Amino acid sequence: MSHAKYNVINTHVHNIDGVAKVTGRATYTFDVKLPGMLYGKILRSPHAHAKIKNIDTSAAMALPGVKIVVTGKDTLGVKQGIWRRYEELCDEQVLPLEKVRYIGEPVAAVAAITEEIAEAALDLIEVDYEVLPAVYEPLEAIKKEAPTIHEGVERNVNVTRHIEWGDVDEAFEEADYIREDWFKCSGQAHMCMETRAAVSSFTPDGKLTCWASTQSAYYTQGLLAGVLGLREGDVRVLAPYVGGGFGGKFELDAAMFTSAVMSMKLFKPVKVCFTREEDFIASKRRTPMFYYVRTGIKKDGTFCARESRMFSNGGAYTGMGATALYLSGFFHSFPYKWRGYRYDGYRVYTNTLPSTSMRGFGAPQAMFCSEQQIDWICADLGLDPFEVRRKNGHTEGYEVPGQAFIQSCGLEQCINEIEKWVKSKGKLPANRGIGISSCGFMSGGIFNWFDSPYSFSSAVVTINVDGTVELHVGCQDIGQGSNTTMAIIAAETLGVKVEDIRVHSGDTAHCPADLGAWGSRQTLMAGNAVKMACEDAKKQLLEFAYAEMGINIVYDLDIKDRWAHIVARPERGLPYVDLVKKALRAKDGQRIMGRGYYTPHRKGMISPAYSYMMQAVDAEIDPETGKIKIHEVMTAHDCGQPINQLGLIGQLEGAASMALGYAYLEDMPMEDGKLMNPNLVDYKVIKAPEMPEAGIIEIDTFEPEGPYGAKEAGEGLTNPTAAALGNAIYNAMGIQMKELPITPERVLKALREKKEQEAQK
Amino acid sequence: MEKQVLRFKVNGDEYEVFIHPKTLLVEVIRDHLGLTGTKRGCETVSCGACTVNINGASVKSCSVLAVQCEGLEVTTVEGLEKDGKLSPIQRSFLDHGSFQCGFCTPGMLMSATAFISEAKNPTKDQIKESIEGNICRCTGYNSIVRAIEAVTAGKYKEE
Repeated sequence: MSHAKYNVINTHVHNIDGVAKVTGRATYTFDVKLPGMLYGKILRSPHAHAKIKNIDTSAAMALPGVKIVVTGKDTLGVKQGIWRRYEELCDEQVLPLEKVRYIGEPVAAVAAITEEIAEAALDLIEVDYEVLPAVYEPLEAIKKEAPTIHEGVERNVNVTRHIEWGDVDEAFEEADYIREDWFKCSGQAHMCMETRAAVSSFTPDGKLTCWASTQSAYYTQGLLAGVLGLREGDVRVLAPYVGGGFGGKFELDAAMFTSAVMSMKLFKPVKVCFTREEDFIASKRRTPMFYYVRTGIKKDGTFCARESRMFSNGGAYTGMGATALYLSGFFHSFPYKWRGYRYDGYRVYTNTLPSTSMRGFGAPQAMFCSEQQIDWICADLGLDPFEVRRKNGHTEGYEVPGQAFIQSCGLEQCINEIEKWVKSKGKLPANRGIGISSCGFMSGGIFNWFDSPYSFSSAVVTINVDGTVELHVGCQDIGQGSNTTMAIIAAETLGVKVEDIRVHSGDTAHCPADLGAWGSRQTLMAGNAVKMACEDAKKQLLEFAYAEMGINIVYDLDIKDRWAHIVARPERGLPYVDLVKKALRAKDGQRIMGRGYYTPHRKGMISPAYSYMMQAVDAEIDPETGKIKIHEVMTAHDCGQPINQLGLIGQLEGAASMALGYAYLEDMPMEDGKLMNPNLVDYKVIKAPEMPEAGIIEIDTFEPEGPYGAKEAGEGLTNPTAAALGNAIYNAMGIQMKELPITPERVLKALREKKEQEAQK
Repeated sequence: MEKQVLRFKVNGDEYEVFIHPKTLLVEVIRDHLGLTGTKRGCETVSCGACTVNINGASVKSCSVLAVQCEGLEVTTVEGLEKDGKLSPIQRSFLDHGSFQCGFCTPGMLMSATAFISEAKNPTKDQIKESIEGNICRCTGYNSIVRAIEAVTAGKYKEE
């Protein structure tokens, strides 16, 4: 696609929130301070599984400065969940009434005049527990004799998901070679720089205002209303700036819930911020998964069939885990054409902190298994890994049977570019290897388990008399830059400049409902809504321009760069600002206002559009210590038409860093359900010195379903990295890494085993 | 321990606060002075979100007792701009898209500012080391490194 035809799209545009963010003006929920505000703290369970027999709050209440202590008994006891359409999946009381199911689960909350007093009061609450047998691993929890975590849930199986197409057994029979492997994929903490935080203020008129660090102000509004017994319209959620989300902040959390419950009883604002330790032990995490993968292939490299079973550690509650279960199974087939495909996923409750969505939404785990196994099969059969991927990869117009229809697809170009790049590196020194991995990802989910009666995305655009524009959107900027992306789309569509647009977001009282920032949905879905709203407004202006200019109706009019004109004769026109003034007068002073929305229809089961990419990781392994050094990461990436140039680079580099962390540094080891590294000393994330160059080769495609041809970017790129690193290590050392993260200990163990095997031969 | 008076300068202004001696500098900056640009992201002096400059050197303000700053000059992110003009590193961050959620940005800018004032033709590795104590979960650091590199290469002048 020619980028030149756009005035604003894919040009160098500063983040529109940038000045606020580089000057310290940006105010996060963490910074909110209201007159008369109280500080809340949460008492958490020390047991992984226990009955709550009694809670004595009297000593805590008696502490001077304490205003209230609440337990589950002070709430409506609503079992809530984000899968609102399915009652059995709404399984979490944020302050449980009967029992606790993981270490760190909230059992009581205190509000006091200072944080220190609230903290001190926690020590005075006496909870009488009856400790129950607990289970921490899904393959244990699924056994008949395992303790029951939720009454009536057999074998602790929370959700199952079956995906199947083609005649799988017949397709396996056609295979010349079948390979089976087991993999273990770890959890990962979202580790947002801003921990979970909320400030709730309930007033005597029965209205609640809640500042929340959330990925979806609308979900937070709906969930809060549900657990508090309020009308949605009486709950206003504000999320002006959010310090990161990554999939961990669109469920109801204990900061939101306890602050609201206490504020409703006190009629005073209450602030609850998680400490970093609380954020680690009692928010949520990437879903740990056990994968069994069986793949059948012909001698010439044609894929026949795949059959996979996956058991995920769901932790204590459902959350968004049910969606991760489905998406993991779907993307495990990506980005290839299988004659037969079968996936059975089991999400199993355990007595650990709940798992949920996290950037990649089940796909990073699925790709770690799939993309490594493909390389091993290629080695087993002497096939070229690039050629095999090209041969079996998705192409434009392909239908994933019963699941998805692929419109734009730049996979083959991605593979070609990375192949060129890898070959240009030539022969590498000893103990160094390059691994590759390809994948694809969704551009927003089409599912509505939240049961929203509103369209998936909406936008309202209002044009002021001086030509400046108020753009109201419900999509949530959590740092990924959606405010800027929406401003770019609006400016392009209306034919104005980015500085003419003021974006209003993160406020349910003023912005139309939108499902929020998850599943890479905003550029495509909110972007389409913004484009439609702006086209609506522009049409109203141009209708007036026809009359004003007195031109033949067969001519097309447009606005570009604040100049309304005849498309065929751009010099004939009038300034956009003059047009706005005149149109306003002509319409009896009514403002020009455009509305837009997006709700997917007939777009398959998953998403309206898919991004594609291939990544290469260049890594060196120290055979003495097992330590890994990442030299470089290179990605060829098809996100359709890029919209926000700076934002795109940042998202892709950021994805590489988070995915590298998942691949070899970040781990959440537990002992008897207790997280062993709940702090930033022991939980290792990538820091500047470890971060390699992470270049991008953009592949040009145009996605018909996306605004101006755009689709997903930034989430999908967390998917290929762990597999690419695994393949780099395989190519360098000949060892197969089947467990994440790839730690020095695991590398050394694999090297030792390889030596022993060779000695036996 | 009794409360005591602390006199120090923040962003060029003289302040006098009456605090408990155990109060951390970050608490005085955020809670007493209301300068919420400085963030907190951990309790273990690990994340760098609270980095400020004390007499020009970058320091994690959660690692310092406020009373240790008696008579010293503290600069926070709010002190980087002068009369509405952004400092070179602030402008370079905008140009290079060196932030996303922005929560680590104030601390990152303060580490970078202290480094830039000392550094002479630094290597990329030296730039990376200068922000080693600041965690950014969004950007992957490379855009931050590019921004610092551009300033140290003289591409941005004080306005």
